[in-house]
Amino acid sequence: MNPVRKKRLYIVLAILAGVGIAVALALSALQQNINLFYTPTQIARGEAPEGTRIRAGGLVEEGSVKRDRDSLSVDFRVTDGAETVTIRFQGILPDLFREGQGIVALGRVNEEGIMVADEVLAKHDENYMPPEVTQALEQSGMMKHYEDGKGYSK
Amino acid sequence: MNWTWFHKLGSPKWFYEISGRWLPWLGWSAALLLAVGVVWGLAFAPQDYQQGNSFRIIYIHVPAAFLAQSVYVMLAVAGVVGLVWKMKLADVALQQAAPIGAWMTFIALLTGAVWGKPTWGAWWVWDARLTSMLILLFLYFGIIALGNAISNRDSAAKACAVLALVGVVNIPIIKYSVEWWNTLHQPATFKITEKPAMPMEMWLPLLVMVLGFYCFFAAVLLMRMRLEVLRRESRSSWVKSEIKGLVGGSR
Repeated sequence: MNPVRKKRLYIVLAILAGVGIAVALALSALQQNINLFYTPTQIARGEAPEGTRIRAGGLVEEGSVKRDRDSLSVDFRVTDGAETVTIRFQGILPDLFREGQGIVALGRVNEEGIMVADEVLAKHDENYMPPEVTQALEQSGMMKHYEDGKGYSK
Repeated sequence: MNWTWFHKLGSPKWFYEISGRWLPWLGWSAALLLAVGVVWGLAFAPQDYQQGNSFRIIYIHVPAAFLAQSVYVMLAVAGVVGLVWKMKLADVALQQAAPIGAWMTFIALLTGAVWGKPTWGAWWVWDARLTSMLILLFLYFGIIALGNAISNRDSAAKACAVLALVGVVNIPIIKYSVEWWNTLHQPATFKITEKPAMPMEMWLPLLVMVLGFYCFFAAVLLMRMRLEVLRRESRSSWVKSEIKGLVGGSR
């Protein structure tokens, strides 16, 4: 490569490196604001701001969903394996909402430590499979094992 | 390594001839792959155990999102070649690929919104993946607008190349957004390096669709580039004889 082109290539690479570093610094400074939701552990540790609307995300704990008999109100606990947060929601839940499903709830934590949500979004994972496979997994008792395996570490 | 092919790219005439030979192959393989992939994915692939049939939009969403990002990387590479080697063809490729990339980004965002409503319960969420993808769309718009706003072709080429290069920082952010931050969007299903997170009968049609989208992009890009090369070189003698041949042939 001739020296002029080499010099231009170095300038181009320097621009790219400079922009890359600037963006990386900005993003790491904004880390908390970019996260869509707080995990129950973060809320328990007090990392989530109090008194404002926050999002909480995690798995709906097995056997924790309690529906009110004569209204749309529903209580459930969301867990990330370490801590749990109780969420109260009034309204229609998304189709994918079920026990063991990942969800994100938007709302305010009240004095009792219960999060009163006004929006619940269902999160699904990157695994897809046909219903027959799911049935086969359930029959052989492998479903639980599979669900545990993919985890909810974030 | 033999670099003669790279230096030959400096000649628009050589590009016009070689791309004319590739074009039918790319066009037909795109048509075939897309036809097979659409029918296989939308009609024959099994349903998902949770999402039922609505997951089938993955067969459009994922290839479009793949293309949206790959095309931008291609723009940046063309930008570097244009800035460093001052190759005119790189600018042609950059200008002609940008609108295709913008459309792919738009399709990915649109199908994502349509998919998000029944599964997540929301058309749009300001999470890191969705937002960075929206920024990609605006980067494409910026490149298209910049290319059209500056009338001097050399300055336009340089400005677009710099913008393409600077914007490429967004690509790793899009790719790793689902791993670095808490997002509503799930991590990647279609991975090249790891075992895919879906069974073969769902994954193979997706692979066919991804390859089909790439062939489609290549074919459309070559067609657009050939036209632009003819337009830019319209004063040269080889273009005049080429046009004469085309017009004479159709009469």
